[in-house]
Amino acid sequence: MSILVNKDTRLLVQGMTGSQGTFHAEKMLEYGTNIVGGVTPGKGGQTHLGVPVFNTVREAKEATNANASVIFVPAKFAADSILEAAEAGIELIVCIAEGIPVLDMITVKDYLKDKPITLIGPNCPGLTTVDECKIGIMPGNIHKKGHVGVISRSGTLTYESVAQLTALGLGQTTAVGIGGDPVKCFTFKDALKLFEQDEDTYGVLMIGEIGGADEEAAAHMLKTGEFTKPLAAFIGGSTAPKGKRMGHAGAIISGNSGTAEGKKKALRENGAVVAETPDQMGNAMKEALEKAGILDRCLD
Amino acid sequence: MKIHEYQAKDLFAQYGIPVMNGSVAENGEQAVTAAQELKAPYVLKAQIHSGGRGKAGGVKLVNTLEEVRTTAEELIGKTLVTAQTGPEGRVVQKILVTEAAEVKKEYYFAMTVDRDTGKLAMIASSEGGVEIEQVSKEAPEKIITEKIDPAVGLHDYRLRYLAEKLGIADVKGFIRTGLGMYKLFCEKDCSLVEINPLAELADGTITALDAKVNFDDNAMYRHPEILALTDPNEEDPRELEANKYGLNYVSLGGNVGCLVNGAGLAMATMDMIHYAGAVPANFLDVGGTATTEKVTKAFEIILSDQGVQAILVNIFGGLIKCDMIAEGIIEAAKNSEIKVPIVARLEGTNVEKGKQLLLNSGMNIIPASSLKEGAEICAKIVKEAN
Repeated sequence: MSILVNKDTRLLVQGMTGSQGTFHAEKMLEYGTNIVGGVTPGKGGQTHLGVPVFNTVREAKEATNANASVIFVPAKFAADSILEAAEAGIELIVCIAEGIPVLDMITVKDYLKDKPITLIGPNCPGLTTVDECKIGIMPGNIHKKGHVGVISRSGTLTYESVAQLTALGLGQTTAVGIGGDPVKCFTFKDALKLFEQDEDTYGVLMIGEIGGADEEAAAHMLKTGEFTKPLAAFIGGSTAPKGKRMGHAGAIISGNSGTAEGKKKALRENGAVVAETPDQMGNAMKEALEKAGILDRCLD
Repeated sequence: MKIHEYQAKDLFAQYGIPVMNGSVAENGEQAVTAAQELKAPYVLKAQIHSGGRGKAGGVKLVNTLEEVRTTAEELIGKTLVTAQTGPEGRVVQKILVTEAAEVKKEYYFAMTVDRDTGKLAMIASSEGGVEIEQVSKEAPEKIITEKIDPAVGLHDYRLRYLAEKLGIADVKGFIRTGLGMYKLFCEKDCSLVEINPLAELADGTITALDAKVNFDDNAMYRHPEILALTDPNEEDPRELEANKYGLNYVSLGGNVGCLVNGAGLAMATMDMIHYAGAVPANFLDVGGTATTEKVTKAFEIILSDQGVQAILVNIFGGLIKCDMIAEGIIEAAKNSEIKVPIVARLEGTNVEKGKQLLLNSGMNIIPASSLKEGAEICAKIVKEAN
C-alpha cells in the first residue's frame, strides 16, 4: 500500500520531448514507472523513448486511458498545461515547474476546486512510491521500501530527508514533494489525511519551512485526532531574516506569522518530534517511532 | 519586486485611485518647479523602498517655495535610517513634492494574496496611518478581511458594505479606489497594493496619502513596463546581477558563502552554518535548471563579496546534475583565481561523475560527506582565519 501512486498508475508526460522531459522520463522508465504516453504539441505520431507521443492531452487520454500526468513545461506555459490535463479528465496532475505567476495559480485552483482531481505542486519534485512508481525528478536510488511517509515543501530537502531515513534503515512508503509556492491545491493536511488511511504507513516525516500556516494546520490535526500516527518534523529557515524572500515564493516571513519558532512550537505542543537541525531529520523520525513503541516494525 | 511611492502613485492615477497632486524631484531646483504647480503648503517625501520614513525624518511639511528648496536640498543625499532599512540606512536620491492634505481621519486599505484560500483578499481598518502589524496585535477586531472570489471578481456592492463597516462617508470615492486597486492588482500581477493611510479629507472626500505596490517576481516576464521601474539604487548590486542570470541570491552579511540547489536545502544550509557557529554570507539557490554558465556566474557573485572566507557547495541533485555543477566550479576557478577554500558536498543525480571531475581537476576542493560535516569544516576554516 501507499498513497496517490502505485504500480498501476498510468502516466503521461507533458513536455516529454524537451530536454528536461526526456532526461527525467528516462529516469522514471528506469525506475519502473508505467509511462503510457508523452504530449508535445506538433510532435503527435512520433515515438519517443519507446513511448507514443500525442499532440494533446485529450488524444493521449483517449488512446492510453492514462490516470496521471506530470508536467515538464516552462513556468509560462505550466498553468495552461495543468488546465489542459484537468479538462481531459486526468485524476492526478503533478507540476514540476518553478516560477508560475500567483494569479495563474489562483485561476487554476478555482477551476479545480469542485473536481475530483489532485494537483501536486507547482514548484515541486513530484512523488515516489518506493519500488513501484516515481513521478517527477527525485533521484530514485535514495529510497528504500518501508513504512515511513515523507512530505516536504522543498525538493532537495525531500532527498536529504529520504537519504537520512534510508541510512538509518527506515524505509518509506511514499515520499511527496508538495511544492514551495504560496498558492497550491495539495497541502500537508491533505497528505496527512491520506497517510492516516494508509495501513502500510506507520509514521510520517514532514519537512516544512517558514511562511504560511500549513505546518500549523498539520499540528492542529494531531490535536483533533485527525492524524494519530507518530509525526516528526523539521522547519527550514529558522535563521532567515524577516521580509526577505528565500527563493521559494512561499517562504517569506511577514509580520509575526509564518515564523519557524511558531511552527515548531505548534508541532511540539501537539506531540510531534521536531528536529532542530537539518542533519537530525531522520533521527527525529526514529525518536517519534520509538516513543510510539513501533520502531522495530519500521526497521528493515 | 518593489517600486517607489511616486511610481505607485502614477499607477494609482492611471487606475482612477485618488491621490494628491504632486511630482518627483531630484534636486532643489526641480522641487521648486514641482511646487510652483501646486497649492501651498507642501509635503516633501523621501523616496526610498522602506516604510517608517516619517518617523525617520524623511517627510517634511513646508509653507513657502524657499523652504521647499532648502528642505529638498537637505533631504536629497541624506542617509535615512528607518525601522526597515537596517542600521546602514538608505541614501535618498529622489523626493516626492505634493500638496498637503487636511486630514479628518485615516484608514488602512490593502489587497494581497491569501495563500490559505488561494484568493485575493481585501484588508481594511478604521485604524490607519500606523503599522498594520501593530493594529493586528493590539486590536485585531479592528481589522476587516474580505476574500474576493476569482470567478466573480470584485463588485461595487462588496465595497459599499466595506465602506459602511469602516464608517466612510465618501462611498463613491471608496468604490472607485477599491475597483482601481483590484484592476491594478490583476492587470499588473501585483503581490501587494497598500494604501496607508487612506485619508478622509476636510471636504469629506477620500484620497490615498501613501502608496505601496509590490509585484510578483514570477510574472514580471509579461510586464516589461513594470520591470523598467526598477531602481538599481535600491537593490543590492549582487542580487541584481544574480537576478539577470536567474539565480536566487540574498546577501546576509556573514563570511561563509553558500551555493546550493533548491530553496529549502539552501535555507537548511544557512541554518546549519549558524548552528555550526559561523554566519552565512548569502543565500544562493542555483535553481533546478542551472547550466555550467549559471554556476560559474554564481561563483563570481559569491567571490565578489569581500567578506567571504570559505565557500560551501551543497548539491543534492534531482533536476540538477552533479557533473554539471562540478564543471561550473572548475570553469569559475579557471576564470578567476579562487583564494578561499571550497568545501563541496555532492549527492544525487550523476554524483559519481561530478566527484570524479572535481578530483581530476587538481583543484583544492575539500569533500564533505554530509551537510553537517560541510558546515562544520567551513565554520572551522573561518574561525581559524579570524
